[in-house]
Amino acid sequence: MMFLLPFLMAAAPLAEPPAAPVPATTEAPVDWDKEFGVVRKERDPVTGEIPVDPYVQSDANAGAKPYSGEGLARAFGGQAGIRRITDRALDLSHADPRIKAIFEEHDMVRLRRTLFEQVCYLLNAGCRYTGRDMKTAHKGLGTTRADLNALVENLQRAMREAHVPFAAQNRLLAKLAPMSGDVTER
Amino acid sequence: MPKSLVLTALACAVGALVSGAPAAARDLVSFDSGKLILTNGVTTIEGSGGGGLATWATISGMGTDRAVGVSAHATIVELPDFRLDTHGIAVGIRDRVELAYARQNFNTRAVGAALGLGRGFQFNQDIFSAKVRLAGDLVYGPGWLPQVSVGVEHKRNLDGAIVRAVGAKASAGTDFTVSATKLFLGASVLANATLRVTKANQFGLLGFGGDKHAGRSVQFEGSLAYMITRRLVVGGEWRTRPDNLGIAREDDAKDLFAAWAVTRHVTLTAAYVDVGSVATFAGQRGGLLSLQLAY
Ligand code: HEM
Repeated sequence: MMFLLPFLMAAAPLAEPPAAPVPATTEAPVDWDKEFGVVRKERDPVTGEIPVDPYVQSDANAGAKPYSGEGLARAFGGQAGIRRITDRALDLSHADPRIKAIFEEHDMVRLRRTLFEQVCYLLNAGCRYTGRDMKTAHKGLGTTRADLNALVENLQRAMREAHVPFAAQNRLLAKLAPMSGDVTER
Repeated sequence: MPKSLVLTALACAVGALVSGAPAAARDLVSFDSGKLILTNGVTTIEGSGGGGLATWATISGMGTDRAVGVSAHATIVELPDFRLDTHGIAVGIRDRVELAYARQNFNTRAVGAALGLGRGFQFNQDIFSAKVRLAGDLVYGPGWLPQVSVGVEHKRNLDGAIVRAVGAKASAGTDFTVSATKLFLGASVLANATLRVTKANQFGLLGFGGDKHAGRSVQFEGSLAYMITRRLVVGGEWRTRPDNLGIAREDDAKDLFAAWAVTRHVTLTAAYVDVGSVATFAGQRGGLLSLQLAY
């Protein structure tokens, strides 16, 4: 009869009565946001953007003086062209294995709008810039020179695809390049 | 003055390495190949990062300020009576320090026989160089602030007896450089200005110092280039040179070049070069072809 013992032991758990259902109240999932005091802001129902801390709005936040004249706005295809280019540059960056992690968890809806405004403003294509200044917007992101170069390459690709002449591309980059100290960390 | 320059350069190199130490401990040698295409420059015939003739303030290799970069080059300069081959390697550390080695082989072809050295006699030279970026950035930062670097090039001519017979005072010499280089994006123009303190005769291939002038003199190297596309740059360079040897006049060197980044890692440079008179043979104008691999 000894040979039956393993079978009996194996069957033993089955013989146990089913565990009583766990009362839902004691095992509620931990609200980590609450535990760590993280305040999740709701997206604005109209704009779809997540509100940011209050700041003083000014075109000066764009970080450079705009060009004068209409030539560059035309070279970029006006506001519609600029929007396609900034959207494309952000799409490329959001999918770029070198830098996509930096864009996760950030409000791309707002970035799409403000980056468009900034480029449109700098190229004198008829926009005001309503975003934050570059230092405030990039504080704590930990971006490096290599990240910045990756972003520039994506912007160059977007401009190339939109057939912006190379010299005009460089005119935009000339406005952005001096901001390097504000958008990256050393 | 040159001595204090070396000290400054060394102090900066050490400072740069030490200040980057904590991150360096994490990943001692990391390659990111993160520079923008062509912003690493090409390689001079002396092995330093720059144009073809002029040393620039750029640091060789494709590494950015948190990485290491390396590059290797091979260059041929074909002149009516001579041929110069150079090849070498360079390491760029944190876009701050460049260390390079280059070997020059200068073939005298028929001139060798005429000078009694034998047909195809070659002058050979080793060049060890170091460069430190002191301030500024080629592309970024204030538009008025160029990338500024200081450099040392130690040249050892391997044919000491012959260059002394020609009239050179020494077979080895050290050049000191200060370079300022900026890419003016608004105009798609790259400009470089370099001051070189040197006593090299024909880049050192004919030794250092001479009967006419034994010591160092200050020389100028300028480059002006236009970016046609992200991958293609055309330009020109001018390099003044000492004239130390009584028996062989030396002229300024000039070139017109096109540099093409075939890929992020491969750059081809072609140039028309005019180095004037070399070892009494005037009108040395010809072609330069250079291949650079950079990571
Ligand atoms: C000169 C170069 C750059 C310009 C002109 C620029 C422009 C902008 C603008 C206009 C904003 C929005 C400001 C606002 O919300 O009020 C922004 C935010 C942001 N940028 Fe940049 N940027 C640059 C470089 C970079 C780089 C190199 C990265 C990373 C690869 C980066 C990542 C971000 C992210 C993640 C945000 C959102 C921050 C947040 O949600 O709080 N930017 N940038």
